[in-house]
Amino acid sequence: MKQQFFTITKNIKIAKDVMLMRLCGDTSDITKPGQFVNLKIDGQFLRRPISVCDYTKDTLTLVYKIVGVGTQIMSEYGVGTKLDILTGLGNGYDTQLSGSSPLLIGGGVGVPPMYNLCKVLIAEGKTPTVVLGFNSKDDVFFEDEFKTLGAKVLVTTADGSYGIKGFVTDAMKDIDYDYFFTCGPEAMFKAIEKTVATSGQYSFEERMGCGFGACMGCSCKTKYGNKRICKDGPVLTREEIIW
Amino acid sequence: MVNTKVNLSGITIDNPVIPASGTFGFGYEFAEIYDINCLGTFSFKGTTKEARFGNPTPRIAECTSGMINSVGLQNPGVESVKAIELPKLKEVFHKPVMANVSGFSIDEYTYTCQALDDEPQIGWFEVNVSCPNVHGGGMSFGTSPESAAEVTKAVKKVTTKPVFIKLSPNVTDIVSIAKSCEDAGADGISLINTLLGMRIDLKTKKCVVANKMGGFSGPAIFPVALRMVYQVYEAVKIPIIGMGGVSCAEDVIEMMLAGATAVQVGALNLVEPFACKNIIDNLPDVMKKYGINDLNEIIGGAH
Repeated sequence: MKQQFFTITKNIKIAKDVMLMRLCGDTSDITKPGQFVNLKIDGQFLRRPISVCDYTKDTLTLVYKIVGVGTQIMSEYGVGTKLDILTGLGNGYDTQLSGSSPLLIGGGVGVPPMYNLCKVLIAEGKTPTVVLGFNSKDDVFFEDEFKTLGAKVLVTTADGSYGIKGFVTDAMKDIDYDYFFTCGPEAMFKAIEKTVATSGQYSFEERMGCGFGACMGCSCKTKYGNKRICKDGPVLTREEIIW
Repeated sequence: MVNTKVNLSGITIDNPVIPASGTFGFGYEFAEIYDINCLGTFSFKGTTKEARFGNPTPRIAECTSGMINSVGLQNPGVESVKAIELPKLKEVFHKPVMANVSGFSIDEYTYTCQALDDEPQIGWFEVNVSCPNVHGGGMSFGTSPESAAEVTKAVKKVTTKPVFIKLSPNVTDIVSIAKSCEDAGADGISLINTLLGMRIDLKTKKCVVANKMGGFSGPAIFPVALRMVYQVYEAVKIPIIGMGGVSCAEDVIEMMLAGATAVQVGALNLVEPFACKNIIDNLPDVMKKYGINDLNEIIGGAH
């Protein structure tokens, strides 16, 4: 973990209530896809944990949904604003456990961490298929970005206004894969859990106090004992999760 | 050169800054980011006889200038603390540590304190009779002078180290409870624990934390804590560790002027992981600014 100041270089709307923020700063503590950062927001006591969508040596891309006061304030920040950020938090996805044909499933605001993960998997010579699930056409983002990376992309919307009508599990039926990675709402996880036949990794969300393992605010029980979503997670393997 | 050393029940600590229990784990998350040996000491994660998972999640809520937690004393249990946590702590912290202990019966308090008493690194006990998170738990002991005294007496019988009783602010008369603990043999008083609080989410129209209520902490509670430290100082002769919303070196000095011999920093550690280090680094300059050469001279100075 590092505490760093980052400068916003971009903060734009990319879908309904969804913003893309690009920042410039030292990302050296981010080492794996699926990690997160914890942002100090003006006027808020607690930091806000946001998953890393993508990063380079000196840029950080966050895609976040406006869901409350903290993310509303974030959405109003202009280019040039400096933010105090704790970086390199969480365990991240372990891509070494994946076979050559991984399936990436992102639901709504769970889509962003799939982006860097997809990039890493492709760099490792794997051929990922990406399923992105949204409620409606206005919510859809990043379809083209994943295609540009070279992944096969399927988009579902619950109301059928774009792509395949239904849920991510409807799109998963006809895909051949040997491992899966997912991030999204827990209702989606439960549906995936009933569908999948392979091993895989789920990335969980929880209200956090610190984000670095000190407060025990985000604990959960697993088959291998109690874990802190922020420090021992947010990624848990399918085998250890107690549903 | 100013003096920041204070004597806490016979042990001299380099400065009066102590991370509060529950905000600092067993130290090693913070040892990854700075050398925690700069601390006066720290109060480790509240330990009970048996391992506890604690309350259901969500356990955390945002508040104006503070937060609510309802962790519910999650800890691995005293045997595991002795076998795993303390040996790990010893690697990164080389000073006496404060053992924070909770219980749900007198027997649990005495069992846990007795089990920890022979640990050489433990310098003090801090006995939590005030955690507001656990139904039928610590709350009942801390809310009456009689039951707080009962815990104090029982723990004192089985320990050889100084015992601080950590009091709840969720009472009608904290002064009488502090006095009662002193009379029962307490070596010091820690105050205050968190204030009982609540948040409701307007979208779901439900309480934010699963346990509905939780402990409110952070800068917002500093004036309440300061007032209670001031009042208790007038009533007892034993040292006081003041805590509640302490955020900067100025707050440390203010707490000491109210009567604290040492000061704990809690919620701030969670959002500013370098908080205690920064406070310790700033303390000498702030002392100079206010013409303070020796912190010992200002304890209770506002009275």
